[in-house]
Amino acid sequence: MESAAQIRERLVAAFPGASVEVVVNPGPAAQDSLLLGPDRARAIAEFLRDDPVLRLDFCSNVTGVDWPAREARPGCLEVVYHLYSMARKHGPVILRQRTADRADQVSVPSLTPVWRSCEFQEREVFDLFGVVFPGHPDLRRILMWDGFKDHPLRKDYVEPDDYEWEPTAHGEVLAKARRHQAAAGEGPGP
Amino acid sequence: MIGTGLLKGLAVTARNFAGSFHDPKRFVTTQYPEERTKLPEAYRNFPFLVSESADDPMGTLRCVACQICEKECPPQCILIEKSSDKKPDANGRMQLYPKIFDIDTAVCMSCQICVEVCPFDAIKMDQVFEIAATDRFTGLILDRQALAKPDSYFHQIRPTEAAEVEGRLAEGRRAAQEKARAAAAKAAPAAPAEPPAAPSAEAAKPPRPPA
Amino acid sequence: MSLSPSPLFSAPGPQVRAVSDEFHGDLLEVSMGPHHPSTHGVFRMMATLDGETVVKLKPVFGYLHRNHEKIGEGTSYLGSMPYTDRLDYLCSMTNNWAYALAVESLSGQAVPERAQYLRVILAELTRLLNHTCLAGFLLQDCGASGTPLMYAFREREKILDLFESLSGSRMMCNYQRFGGCRTDAPPGWLEAAAALVGGYGAFLDEYEALLTGNEILMARTQGVGRLPAALAISAGVTGPMLRAAGVDYDLRKVDGYGFYPRFEFRVPLGAHGDTYDRYMVRVLEMRESIGILQQALRGIPAGPIMDPKARLRGFRAKPGEAYGRIEGPKGEIGFFLISEGGPNPYRYRVRPPSFINLTILEDLCLGHSIADTVVILGSIDIVLGEVDR
Repeated sequence: MESAAQIRERLVAAFPGASVEVVVNPGPAAQDSLLLGPDRARAIAEFLRDDPVLRLDFCSNVTGVDWPAREARPGCLEVVYHLYSMARKHGPVILRQRTADRADQVSVPSLTPVWRSCEFQEREVFDLFGVVFPGHPDLRRILMWDGFKDHPLRKDYVEPDDYEWEPTAHGEVLAKARRHQAAAGEGPGP
Repeated sequence: MIGTGLLKGLAVTARNFAGSFHDPKRFVTTQYPEERTKLPEAYRNFPFLVSESADDPMGTLRCVACQICEKECPPQCILIEKSSDKKPDANGRMQLYPKIFDIDTAVCMSCQICVEVCPFDAIKMDQVFEIAATDRFTGLILDRQALAKPDSYFHQIRPTEAAEVEGRLAEGRRAAQEKARAAAAKAAPAAPAEPPAAPSAEAAKPPRPPA
Repeated sequence: MSLSPSPLFSAPGPQVRAVSDEFHGDLLEVSMGPHHPSTHGVFRMMATLDGETVVKLKPVFGYLHRNHEKIGEGTSYLGSMPYTDRLDYLCSMTNNWAYALAVESLSGQAVPERAQYLRVILAELTRLLNHTCLAGFLLQDCGASGTPLMYAFREREKILDLFESLSGSRMMCNYQRFGGCRTDAPPGWLEAAAALVGGYGAFLDEYEALLTGNEILMARTQGVGRLPAALAISAGVTGPMLRAAGVDYDLRKVDGYGFYPRFEFRVPLGAHGDTYDRYMVRVLEMRESIGILQQALRGIPAGPIMDPKARLRGFRAKPGEAYGRIEGPKGEIGFFLISEGGPNPYRYRVRPPSFINLTILEDLCLGHSIADTVVILGSIDIVLGEVDR
């Protein structure tokens, strides 16, 4: 199977002006990925699915990743797609899409019209990270309940103070218990 | 003929039903609590702390409060507080001991990671499962009094593993004694006319733990 | 009398127009679950019915969500291993192996030969027990209240006894480690496993005599929930459900992970993609698993079970990412790990086969009766621990 760099060559030739970069994976697994810009992402995905050499018809895994802002780079949310081919029995080809920031420009084109398996997984990324997918047929929360606020898997998620007394007594749980009991003015439990 | 599948199935159920009266292969229920199945040696439930002797469980705990199990425990169910003084261990070295060692069995998931990471073979997995409590908060926290069990108990429930641990610890003790003897022998020629045998033999013998 | 549906009760998504004439009444919305004996856990299906026929069905889950992935970010790599037992709680050995594979791929560790054989043996035993359970539960959902289920559980107990004598626990085994297995098989274990595998064929013969030709089962499952192959591939369906639709994609053959290339086995494929095919594919896979087990138990070598360079505590992976996947009994279970060089993973993601296989639940159920939805859901083989994590 072609390497990520070779696939990028073909994509840039087929979609002039599209933004496609190779993201090198430093670890021993050496699975490099392709970072797609939002404007041609869906067309590129269809190309990869229908291309007679690659035939990437199986989107196995859709993962959301939260990258908070650091000195070297601004913050963004990232969606990683692992593609395999059931017809050619090869893979993976890894695609990535990144949002512009973590606050209000958090939309990334949905690839559900290309691979149906993204339907629930993109809903989960929306639910747990807050990435909005225009083009998704039914974008709503999937694991948390509908009225839930905030996005739990972000790195800066603060859990609500709905603490109940429990006897596990050290570390952050103890600190939380003390804060809660001081605020509520009650003593320790039975 | 329609219905042959159903008749074949009925024959199977009839065979199982009739067999359940006389065939042990078909009747597999153990009448607990009058009968009990024999648990395999590897079976684990909650941890316990190993004491060297049954007469003085708190004084002979192998645990030196290194807190490695507390850090590695995935659900963080162990609470350890170190003592301020030291006590000699089975090798004669002065070690800290745990003033508080609590395991919250409501949180413990019996994953056995604490046993795997303990460098002193001080915590092992117990096999008792009939441990219902009447208070769901404090009744389920086991403190070090409840957790400490003697090494003889460990031999009883897990003979193979205990034999292996015993061998390793004895080897460690023997190596420590050799080193002490060699160190005393090296120090002895500096003091003339004093035979090194008696003092090093005294130093090599592990002191008795306090009663 | 018609009650106006409360906002909580209306299934969101594309609205269905009610057909109202002298023969059709209003559409009925039924919330099946989450407390329901046949939904395989806390799973809810919002079904809109026209009489008894399903015209819309939306699955609702998240009732068992335990933020496994967030816990994974806060726990060390070793500490996440017991949590993986609790994902698909019937098949802890394969979950452990998938996670160990992902970490070994992330850190570049090698696994000794005996450990690889043990992993294959335990994975195939897990496949046997999972498919046996599934056949039992499918019949339970059809209404055969208890008998095939209890026969299945009787055999499953023998496999669980093997797991208990090896790893200490029946279901939450926590057995695989990065670079090998935790403990070696105690003396007599391999012989007991061989005896169990030798007798399993006879059990399957009896079980099939009870079920496979059963007219009621055939009437309830043949033609029900037909899954076309193209939809299955697009929806990312994996495992026996995909193979019942006729697609030849088994990770044991495609990826060749572990030592599977050493063993001879066939991959059964279905012709129709309906519920009966999904049941039959699993029965045939059990027969193939028995073959693999016999080969593995004959060929397992002596030797170490752990990579000698592997460290238990203080394991750190180099920065990078890796996706490791295996053919679990329910489908492709994979773990995606991103490491930044620290003791905990930066991102820990589980690719749950049951969750993704549920994508086409509505497509399969449309046009069938409400009773068929239970049978179709049973044949998808979900475990909520994995769906919700």
